[in-house]
Amino acid sequence: MGFLKTEGVTKSFGDKKVIENISIRLDEGELVSLLGVSGSGKTTLFNCISGLYKPDSGRVLLNGEDITGKPGKISYMLQKDLLLPYYTVLDNVALPLVIKGMKKKQAREKARPLFAEFGLGGTENHYPAELSGGMRQRAALLRTYLCSDGVALLDEPFSALDTITKSAIHEWYLDIMQKIKLSTLFITHDIDEAILISDRIYILSGVPGVISDEITIDEKKPRTNDFTLTPEFIAYKKRIIESLRLSQ
Amino acid sequence: MTRKYQNITSKLAPVVSIFSVLLLWFALCEGEVVPAYMLPSPIAVGKAFVNDFPILMQHAAVTLQEAIYGLLLGIVLAFVIATLMDRFPFLYKAVYPLLVISQTIPTIAIAPLLVLWMGFSMAPKITLVVVTTFFPITVSLLDGYRSVDADAVSLMRSMGAKRIQIFRYIKLPGALTQFFSGLKVSASYAVVGAVISEWLGGFKGLGVYMTRVKKAYAFDKMFSVIIFISVISLLLMLLIAVIKRLCTPWERIKDERSQTE
Repeated sequence: MGFLKTEGVTKSFGDKKVIENISIRLDEGELVSLLGVSGSGKTTLFNCISGLYKPDSGRVLLNGEDITGKPGKISYMLQKDLLLPYYTVLDNVALPLVIKGMKKKQAREKARPLFAEFGLGGTENHYPAELSGGMRQRAALLRTYLCSDGVALLDEPFSALDTITKSAIHEWYLDIMQKIKLSTLFITHDIDEAILISDRIYILSGVPGVISDEITIDEKKPRTNDFTLTPEFIAYKKRIIESLRLSQ
Repeated sequence: MTRKYQNITSKLAPVVSIFSVLLLWFALCEGEVVPAYMLPSPIAVGKAFVNDFPILMQHAAVTLQEAIYGLLLGIVLAFVIATLMDRFPFLYKAVYPLLVISQTIPTIAIAPLLVLWMGFSMAPKITLVVVTTFFPITVSLLDGYRSVDADAVSLMRSMGAKRIQIFRYIKLPGALTQFFSGLKVSASYAVVGAVISEWLGGFKGLGVYMTRVKKAYAFDKMFSVIIFISVISLLLMLLIAVIKRLCTPWERIKDERSQTE
């Protein structure tokens, strides 16, 4: 089962194998984190899932459909919002729909009602330069949401934010995920962040990167910052650090 | 309050400086420091302009036509070259040196050749304007295409964008700002290029008028046509600035921001 899954995905660049035999799954409505040290091939795996790279072997399945090496099905969001400065926020958000062949006007009408939901009401006709960093990230997320059939890949989207803003945006994100029925695959190297927001965590480690552990976080959400002080949290953290260290 | 004051002074500064130069010129002539037959006074130049106004307008129409046709063709040529160079990296490597070399050839040296090849019609003038104007536009377009964030291009690809869509939705609008700065430079070359080519053969145009009044040692008319040419160039640049403003509305926000900060 699994809404989105990879089966034995392996990818090398030249002689260098970056990820090997990666099989992960993301169920509907779940938030799953991919935790790994830098250089463990997190981004390569993301690019395979989004279809930008074609893996050497293995498959990527979305709702049972083979989307290996086919871009346009799942999109991602990075730390950089990558909003285009020369379009209004509305046009930025609607652009993926236009790329998929929708009429510009139609695409705008489809995007417009979601602005309020994402806390962006009133910014439709502004340019990205006029928005705050947090708003730009939300606009980028809205764009990702509009073009990716219920799945979002997030590559360290909040790592530039300070702790307080971060926990606020975590709360917001978990809330909106439920409202719009979004499933999320989340890349991070921040162990605390992963434990706070994930349903499950995959540990990606080694060279080439392999999945060395899978941990289910069995705690009620939303989890506040106080949770980080509990013995349960420490236990999770200890296990993750050990998994990361074992594979070194 | 202080900002308003700063605004006024910054707007006043160029007016004051231009007016001072005029005043100095006037003083030099009135004080007979320079003999009037060598440096006519601004008033004499103004009179010459008014007297020859209808003739100047006829000539200007021709020159402006050459400049604008040349500029438009230059834009088209630059667009084709820059786009192909951006699309095919080997073409970039092959053509770029040629473009640079083409710019080291002095305009004034090829103008007579063009006249020999194409005759006294408008063709050699327009060609010369194209040659002088396409380069700044090509280079600015190339830079503009390259300034696009590679991550943004990847993101669009992940959304299923085809190459042509990436060009249409990211590269082209992304290059607009740079394109216009190149165009502004080219516009100032265009009028001068047309005038230079008219010096070397032709029946109409401000360059032709210039050679005529030069032969007659009519310094006042010389001066009036020189100033007239620079005014035309300035107006053309202004026109482009207006078009730029209309085409790149997001730049306005950036300007406003930098002003308030």
